[in-house]
Amino acid sequence: MATEFHNLQELRHSASLATKVFIQRDYSEGTICKFQTKFPSELDSRIERTLFEDTVKTLNTFYAEAEKIGGQSYLEGCLACATAYIIFLCMETRYEKVLKKISKYIQEQNEKIYAPRGLLITDPIERGMRVIEISIFEDRGSSGSSSSSSSTSSSSGR
Amino acid sequence: MHLGVAEPMRDCEYSQISTRSSTPMESPHKKRTPRRKWQTFPGRNKFYCNGRIMMARQTGVFYLTLVLIVVTSGLFFAFDCPYLASSLTPAVPAIGGVLFLFVLGTLLRTSFSDPGVLPRATPDEAADLERQIDIANGSSSGGYRRPPRTKEVIINGQTVKLKYCFTCKIFRPPRASHCSLCDNCVERFDHHCPWVGNCVGKRNYRFFYMFILSLSFLTVFIFAFVITHVILRSHRSGFLNALKDSPARYPSCVVVCFFSVWSIVGLSGFHTYLISSNQTTNEDIKGSWSSKRGKDNYNPYSYGNIFTNCCAALCGPLPPSLIDRRGFIQPDTPQPAPPTNGITMYGSTQSQSHMCDQDQCIQSTKFVLQAAATPLLQNEPVVMASEPPLPARTSLGGHCTSLPLGQPTPPTSTPNLSCEADLIPHQEGAHHHFLTPEEAPSPPGMLPCGSPLDHSHAVQFYSPASQDSLHEDSVRGLVKLSSV
Repeated sequence: MATEFHNLQELRHSASLATKVFIQRDYSEGTICKFQTKFPSELDSRIERTLFEDTVKTLNTFYAEAEKIGGQSYLEGCLACATAYIIFLCMETRYEKVLKKISKYIQEQNEKIYAPRGLLITDPIERGMRVIEISIFEDRGSSGSSSSSSSTSSSSGR
Repeated sequence: MHLGVAEPMRDCEYSQISTRSSTPMESPHKKRTPRRKWQTFPGRNKFYCNGRIMMARQTGVFYLTLVLIVVTSGLFFAFDCPYLASSLTPAVPAIGGVLFLFVLGTLLRTSFSDPGVLPRATPDEAADLERQIDIANGSSSGGYRRPPRTKEVIINGQTVKLKYCFTCKIFRPPRASHCSLCDNCVERFDHHCPWVGNCVGKRNYRFFYMFILSLSFLTVFIFAFVITHVILRSHRSGFLNALKDSPARYPSCVVVCFFSVWSIVGLSGFHTYLISSNQTTNEDIKGSWSSKRGKDNYNPYSYGNIFTNCCAALCGPLPPSLIDRRGFIQPDTPQPAPPTNGITMYGSTQSQSHMCDQDQCIQSTKFVLQAAATPLLQNEPVVMASEPPLPARTSLGGHCTSLPLGQPTPPTSTPNLSCEADLIPHQEGAHHHFLTPEEAPSPPGMLPCGSPLDHSHAVQFYSPASQDSLHEDSVRGLVKLSSV
């Protein structure tokens, strides 16, 4: 069995980046932030479909919560307008709070699920909310496989 | 072939986004102050206060706006308020003061904030997208065709086309547009407003609306109370005496207020309509959702009723800035490569792709190609083919009150030609210049020099006065060829 990566540090040091998969945005419901749950073929051999879909669906719910137009957002909006938007200098908006939750969630997912499988999810906010970037790493130490760009070869090399 | 095109518009600001930025910091051990992301921002924006303030490049009109507002209000407070406070009520200067501060606050907020700029794609993303586009289009049969880069999505039952932005190397989200003045894609792009010196987009639309609304109230307020002041004085001492007491400022104050009232109030009314129907200025100009386009054409973003639309636009959650301008550049972070390929080939030392410069180069080169036909063909196509034609898929650079231009997009019904509209606005506020040369992509070794401009579109051509002569000649040449 190949080397298991127990934490992200180990992953970075002993693995080489093979390729990246990009999960694009799903605009079928308008401009709200939502990512496609279609399972990319490059991840076929690396992670179970359900785990991946769960991650993306949870992220989508987080973003929906951030962008929800309801009582709290109206209150925040009206208060901000009344104070000539100065209040934004001192207060953190609800969106920002949810973004922090998202980063924590992604880090936790990386540590528990993705890093042991040689994958790494990049927070979409670092890519301008355009894509979820999943980096696929190859085990540098495994025999027969070099830093090839194909992700599937790594699984056969183990 | 290098056409040394002098670019009168380019100023020294470009040096701040220099070629140094394209080389990543290899060794973190070097003692170097970490640079912030705004210092290597690829768009044409100016940053102040160490990245806290973000504005467009041309800010002259913004200062004019500030001066007009401050001076007019200042005159009002200095000369009319004392009299009105004593003869009417002290509430007059109080309300005026509150209005004035609100106007200033919203103006500064609109001008200094990020309108919703979409960061450019990282090289990996861009490569991945290119691959997907190639797979989707299949291998072109013979010759080198540039397929139209659009993607269709269905939003709430309405088919919307997402266009690919060659500058930012992304498929633009719905309602986003590329501003040629700022050279950025902006989410929910409304228009570029020279009066506030910034684009108006998703993140600052509410501030912009509040600004013009409160400014309408302020101008009406000042106008009304200046008139009241004159009337009250003339009751006491006669009209002519009243005017004699304060000779110079009344005409100027009144004139400024009068014209402002009509234009600002009109603009507020227009934007109130836009908000209630959940449209952007861009969409309204192009008639994207008008029923004239088809019976089934409707706005898929509207919530159905006016109240919800207004609340969503004004009181909805404020999305965060995506460009993280004050963040530090990490040494191993992939930096979005500014589209430098074309520029370096044309010999420019700037690593920025300047829309006009590259556009001029491409047009001029194509003119020469088409005119001379043979001898240059062997050399040029290599240069031309590797850089996709730059589109600045933009909307305007216009005055707020004069309705801004939409994108003059020629229909891409002929799939073997990508006809891109290039907007090159050179003067803010004064004219709407745009250039739509019909560019045939030049296939390597297969240039159909016989009839390169065989289109069904009408060529619109405006000759902006500020273009340099080389560009004008080349463009005139193109027009001549197209009319053949």
